[in-house]
Amino acid sequence: MELVFIVEQVLNGLVVSAYYLLIALGLSLIFSLGGVVNLAHGAFYALGAYFAIEVEKRLGFLGAFALSPVLVALLGVALERTMLKRFYRSDPILSLLLTFGLAMVIEQVIRIVWGAAPLPFQIPAFLKGQLFLGDFIYSYYRLAMLGVAATAVVLTWLLFNKTSFGRVVRAGVQNPDMVAVLGISLAPVMTIVVAIGIGLAGLAGVLLAPIAGVHPAMGTEIITAAFVVVVIGGLGSFWGVVLAAMLVGVVRGLAVYYMPPAAEASMYLLMLLVLLLRPRGLLGERIQKFE
Amino acid sequence: MSTRGHFTRRAVLKSGAGIAALSAIGAPAIVYGQSDVIRIGHLTPRTGFLGPLGEYAVMGVTLAVEEVNAAGGVLGRKLELLAEDSVNPSTAATKAERMIEREKVAAILGEISSASGLSISQVAGRNRTLFIQTGCNSDELRGKSCNKYMFHIEGANTMYVKAVGQALLLENMVKGKKWFGLTADYAFGHDLLRVTKKFAQENGGSFVGDELVPTDATDFSPFILKIRQARPDLVVSNLAGNQITNFIKQYSEYNLPFPIAGGGFDTAAAWGAPDSFAGIWPCIWHHTVASPSAQKFTDAFTKRWGKPPENQAWGDYLSVKVLAQAMAETKSTDSTALVKHLESGAKFDVMKGREGYFRNWDHQLIAEMYSIRPKAKNQQKDKWDILALGPAVPAGGQDLEIIAPTREENACTFPA
Repeated sequence: MELVFIVEQVLNGLVVSAYYLLIALGLSLIFSLGGVVNLAHGAFYALGAYFAIEVEKRLGFLGAFALSPVLVALLGVALERTMLKRFYRSDPILSLLLTFGLAMVIEQVIRIVWGAAPLPFQIPAFLKGQLFLGDFIYSYYRLAMLGVAATAVVLTWLLFNKTSFGRVVRAGVQNPDMVAVLGISLAPVMTIVVAIGIGLAGLAGVLLAPIAGVHPAMGTEIITAAFVVVVIGGLGSFWGVVLAAMLVGVVRGLAVYYMPPAAEASMYLLMLLVLLLRPRGLLGERIQKFE
Repeated sequence: MSTRGHFTRRAVLKSGAGIAALSAIGAPAIVYGQSDVIRIGHLTPRTGFLGPLGEYAVMGVTLAVEEVNAAGGVLGRKLELLAEDSVNPSTAATKAERMIEREKVAAILGEISSASGLSISQVAGRNRTLFIQTGCNSDELRGKSCNKYMFHIEGANTMYVKAVGQALLLENMVKGKKWFGLTADYAFGHDLLRVTKKFAQENGGSFVGDELVPTDATDFSPFILKIRQARPDLVVSNLAGNQITNFIKQYSEYNLPFPIAGGGFDTAAAWGAPDSFAGIWPCIWHHTVASPSAQKFTDAFTKRWGKPPENQAWGDYLSVKVLAQAMAETKSTDSTALVKHLESGAKFDVMKGREGYFRNWDHQLIAEMYSIRPKAKNQQKDKWDILALGPAVPAGGQDLEIIAPTREENACTFPA
């Protein structure tokens, strides 16, 4: 019997991994190409949830699901074009300060516009209910979330590995100067990468809104975990982030089973362990420009 | 974030006293005498998992100060409010220290986190400045960590548990029943868990499981799976702030058959998840309390802020009214005189059925409590009207103190 419960927690942990993954993936993409540590990533995640609330009032859940990440991505692009792009080649501390400031500004704007109290947002009627598999229980909504996250990951992977756009991005990650010499401008490429990365954060916001409370600090709550996932997975590694997200979810699930107060600390311990044994992260690549 | 009036204060200082001389003297009584405003410090968490409650606290305290000033102030002087985010226990202590020493506030009001409340009370006690706390539930603040200069408008955990406990006893959910507890992993939660366990034990109930939940946890699914495994008769929440909203949302997602109840509650948590809200919870105040002063407050608050007051707004609003009344009755802004007056059993209109008073030996505001549960959908008037308030506890003829911790349960000795 005991084993059944452990397996159940592990499988549940995998579902939790899905949302870590959506946020961490965008973070990793933006860092790999632009060298920008986007501390505002959590704030975009929160905006995804708040936009979803507004869109849902008019177009229903599916409308919110489709439109909110796009709106967040557009806002991300606007900020990238006006501010972020100035810092790709400068000292990383500058972009760090910029995005840190942006995170605070966005959180305060949310507070001013929507208030500090958590706003209601429901699981749509067609995804309510639970799936029973033997002794296991799954909420339909979380399974759907897992499906969406998996789809997003596969599409992102295809884009970066099977298209000419992806080849430019990967070349740009390794050697931006060479790409420039070949006559390819990285600026529009970077804009698209930022749009995708921030759009993924917005998507995570929409998906999490019916489960977690929608409140101004929701971004701050998630951002640290997302960074931990990126660090464990290794910078610049697509599958590293995927692996790390799964690992963090599972380790957290096991920690809740054996020692609940340590649940949140478990991922940091995992990070410590990985950094000690593999300072580059699990599947981290050697990126020339960061050496 | 701060509402401070550095320049206005300096502008109104009597011309005779130089600013430099003032700061050099550092004697509060003299400063009060020369300034024609009474400054009040307000500290409460405005960010983090208690932030949503803090926002209501600020709305409540702001409205109360505006009303007092519109009615001519206190002792012919206007109140000036300095409101800041208390952030965490150490920042709260630093800000309290600064408010008292540099801004010369007459009293500090507010706070929600029991951990921060404790650190503010230590600063207030050391500086002999009145601190009326409005949101810290831990019994320990009234017992082991009690303080001569701290008064408690917020109910103690024991009061909350006994209020909801009455309803649970009536529903036969205690005797011989197995409870499963989920507890916020910080001072408040630990204290509440202790009180809940004591209540269950005294009334023939037992715990089949209890889990500590980190305050920054957003995903409750692993805990819900454990509840499913334990098959309790009742799930008892000792959670706080946003945790309650997240938990009830996710608990309804899994549709488990076990009823829930809570040992601590704030209306905002239910407003954030109106469709998932279930169970029986304790409540210190609700905007539907049928007393004339409660309705007057609700109307004024709704007019000022566009939504009805949450129970946290009640606490902070009341703290200003209590302070103003005590100052008027003692004709003094001196903390020692105010403490003596509040300890004398002076009665206050606490916007409930009966008047309240502070107990002299632990400084707890003794007043009615309630239980609360979801309201049937067809009886809801608007999106704020989702909760049905139970009868007042203790009931009409009973002594108000029967739900409060006793001396034996929670001994307090004020250092001389």
